[in-house]
Amino acid sequence: MPSISRLWRRSIQARVVTSTILLSTLVIMLTGWWLLRDVADGLVDSRRTAAISEARSGFDYAKAQLDAAVESETTTQSQALTQMVDSLTRSRGAKRTYELVLQGPLVTNDGEVPIRSSAAIDPDSLPSDLASTVRSETGVYWRYTDLGLTGKTTNDPAVVVGSQLRAPGSGDTYALFYLFSLTDQQDTLDLVRRALLLGGLAMVVMVGGVAWLVSRQVLDPVRLARRIAERYASGNLEQRMHVSGEDDIARLSTSFNQMAASLQSQIRRLENLSRLQQRFVSDVSHELRTPLTTVQMASAVLYDARDRLDPQAARSAELLKVELDRFESLLSDLLDLSRFDAGAAQLELDTVDLARVARMAAEDPVLTRAGIEVRLVGVDRPAMVEADIRRIDRIVRNLLANAVKYSGSKIIQISVAENDESASLSVMDFGVGLSGDENLRVFDRFWRADPARTQGGTGLGLAISREDAALHGGTLQAWGRPGEGSEFILTIPKAGGAAKHPALVSVYA
Amino acid sequence: MSYRRTKRDRVLVVDDDQSLGEMLSIVLESEGLTVAVCRTGDRVMAAFTQFKPDLVLLDLMLPGLDGMRVCKLIRDKSAVPIIMLTARSDTSDIVAGLEAGADDYITKPFRNVELVARVRARLRRTDQLEEPLEFGDIVLDPTGHTVTRKGEPLELTPLEFDLLACLLSKPGQVFSRESLLQKVWGYHHPGDTKLVNVHMTRLRSKIEDDAENPEVIRTVRGVGYQAIQPRP
Repeated sequence: MPSISRLWRRSIQARVVTSTILLSTLVIMLTGWWLLRDVADGLVDSRRTAAISEARSGFDYAKAQLDAAVESETTTQSQALTQMVDSLTRSRGAKRTYELVLQGPLVTNDGEVPIRSSAAIDPDSLPSDLASTVRSETGVYWRYTDLGLTGKTTNDPAVVVGSQLRAPGSGDTYALFYLFSLTDQQDTLDLVRRALLLGGLAMVVMVGGVAWLVSRQVLDPVRLARRIAERYASGNLEQRMHVSGEDDIARLSTSFNQMAASLQSQIRRLENLSRLQQRFVSDVSHELRTPLTTVQMASAVLYDARDRLDPQAARSAELLKVELDRFESLLSDLLDLSRFDAGAAQLELDTVDLARVARMAAEDPVLTRAGIEVRLVGVDRPAMVEADIRRIDRIVRNLLANAVKYSGSKIIQISVAENDESASLSVMDFGVGLSGDENLRVFDRFWRADPARTQGGTGLGLAISREDAALHGGTLQAWGRPGEGSEFILTIPKAGGAAKHPALVSVYA
Repeated sequence: MSYRRTKRDRVLVVDDDQSLGEMLSIVLESEGLTVAVCRTGDRVMAAFTQFKPDLVLLDLMLPGLDGMRVCKLIRDKSAVPIIMLTARSDTSDIVAGLEAGADDYITKPFRNVELVARVRARLRRTDQLEEPLEFGDIVLDPTGHTVTRKGEPLELTPLEFDLLACLLSKPGQVFSRESLLQKVWGYHHPGDTKLVNVHMTRLRSKIEDDAENPEVIRTVRGVGYQAIQPRP
C-alpha cells in the first residue's frame, strides 16, 4: 500500500488517470441506469398494452362460449368451461404466450370455488387484491406479478389481466385471468444490461487510456524539464530543452532555456571573478613572501646578534622579530582566508586518526609551558576519517591556542568519539566560558571577547578553523557557559557519511 | 658523519631577488659555507660549471629560464642536491619541482634555522653503511656512494642512495613515510608525504625492472615502504 500512496503523491499522471476513470465510471453508471430504466419501462408498457387487448378479445370469446354452454344442461357446464379454457389456450397461433386461470362459478352451494387453469399454476401467482377486485367489480383489471408454476423453482415476471364473466342463463359469475409471462422482455432487458455493462467497461478503459495519453502529452515536456533542471542542479548547465511550436510547453521550454543561459553566464562571471581573485591572491602571496623572507632572515641575524648591540638596538631587534612573526602569521592567515573566499582551497585527503591527532596535540610544548594539565578522553580507540592532516592539525592547534590564551583555565580536556557517520574531537576548558551569542561570534574574523586583551594571535584562527572544517564537509561548533567554561567540537564526516549528528554532544548544549 | 670536512661546502644560490640572494649568502656564509649567487636562469649552467657547487638552492620563479627547466638541466648533468625555494604552497608546483629533479623544497617565508637544517641535511652523507651491502643483485658501496645492479652501475642521486640504503639496511622492516622523512630528509616535514612519494617513484624507476610491480621495495598500504627480502 505505501507504494500506491507514494505513486499517488508523486505522479500527476496516476492522479489524472485515476480520477478520470472514477468520474467517467460514475457518469457511465448514471447514464446506463437511466437508459436501462427507460428501455425496461418501454418494453413492459408495450407488452402490457398488447396483453390487455389480447385478454379483452379472449374475454369476449369466453363470454360467447359461456353463453352457449349455459344454454345446455348444468352437468355439461363444467365440461364446457374446461373445453373453453382449453380452446382459449390453444387458439391464436402455435405458441401460447399466456396461461389461463378460471375461477367460478363464484357463488356455489358448497361455498367452494372451482378453479381451472391451463397449467399447474402456483395459486400465489394471482395477487389476492386483484382477485377480489375482479370478483366484486365488473371490468378489466391488471397487475404485475411473479408467475410461478408448480415444478419450477424460479418465478418469472408476468402481467396478469383479469375480468368477471357472467353466464347469461344461470346468472353465475366467473373470474377469468390471463397471465402473460414477461420472460422475453426480461431476456431482452438482460441482454441490454449486459451490453451496457460491457460497453461501459470498454468505455472506462478507453477513457482511462485517453487520459493517460493526453496527460503524457502534457507531462512529458514537464518531466523533461524536471530532468534538465536536475542536471542544472548538479552543475551541468550545458543542457537545453528542445523548443517546437508556440504552445505553452514551447514557452515553458524557452523560459527554461533562458533561465539556464542566464544562470550559466552569471556563474561564468563569478568563476572569472573567483579566478581573478585567486590569481591576485597568488600574485600578492608571491610578491609579499620574497621581501618578507629577506626581512625575516635579516631580523633573525640581528636578533641572534642582540648581545653585541646597545640596549636600545637590542630591544628593537627583539620587537622587530616578534612583530615580524605576527605579521607573517597575519599574512598567511589572510591569504588562507582569501583562498577560502575564492573557493581555491583544496584538500589533500588521507586517512587520519583523530585519536592520534589528539594524543599528539596533548604533547604540544605550548601547553606544558603554560602549565596546563591536559586530560584525554576516548583516545585509546582509533577514530578514522578521510581528512587533510595539516588542516586538522591546524584546527586542533588553533583550538588549544585559543583555550590557552583566552580561557584562563589550567585544565584542558581533549575528547574523541565516533559514530557510523562521523568522528568528533572536542577541546574543552574550564575557564571564563562564553556568554550570550559569543559561541557564534567567536568564529567572526578579528573578533575578540575582550578588546583590551590582545595576547598576540591574529584573531583569525577560529574563522580559519571553521572554514577548514567546512571544507571537509564537517562542522566546528562552540558551546559555553559564563564562568564555567567552553567547549569546541570538531566533527568530520566519514567517507560517504555526513556530519549532521556529531559523535560528541557538549555538556553546555 | 661527514666524509669531506677538509674543504668548505659550496652552495650555488639561484634567485632573481638581489636582497634575498645577499641575505641567503650572509646566513649560509655565517654557517661556514662558500656561496655564489646567480640571478638569472640563463646564466645558471655557466655558473654551475664554473663554481662546481655541492648544493644548489634554486628559486622556482626565475626570469630568463624558469626554475623548473633549470632544475632539469642541472639534474641531467649532475646528481648534486637541489633544494627549491618556492613562494607558493600549491601542491602541484611543488610536485612538479620534485619531479623535475629537486631533492627537497622550502617554502617562503622560512626561518634561518630551517634553511640551514635543510641545507646541512642534504650536504651530510649518511653513515648508515660501513661496508658494501649486497641485496639480491643490488650492491651498495658506501665509500664511493655507488650502486650496481647485476654489475651495471646505477645513476642514483645522493638522496636516492640514502633512501635506498635506509630501506635495504633493515630488510623486511616497514618504514613509515614520517620516519623516512626524519631519517633521509633530516628536517622534519610533518605529514609531507609527497616528498617521499615522488622520490620513491623515481628510485623505483631506476632500480626495479617493472616500477608498477616492484620486487625490491614494496608499498605497504596506509603504512609506508619495506624492502622485500631477496630470494636466496
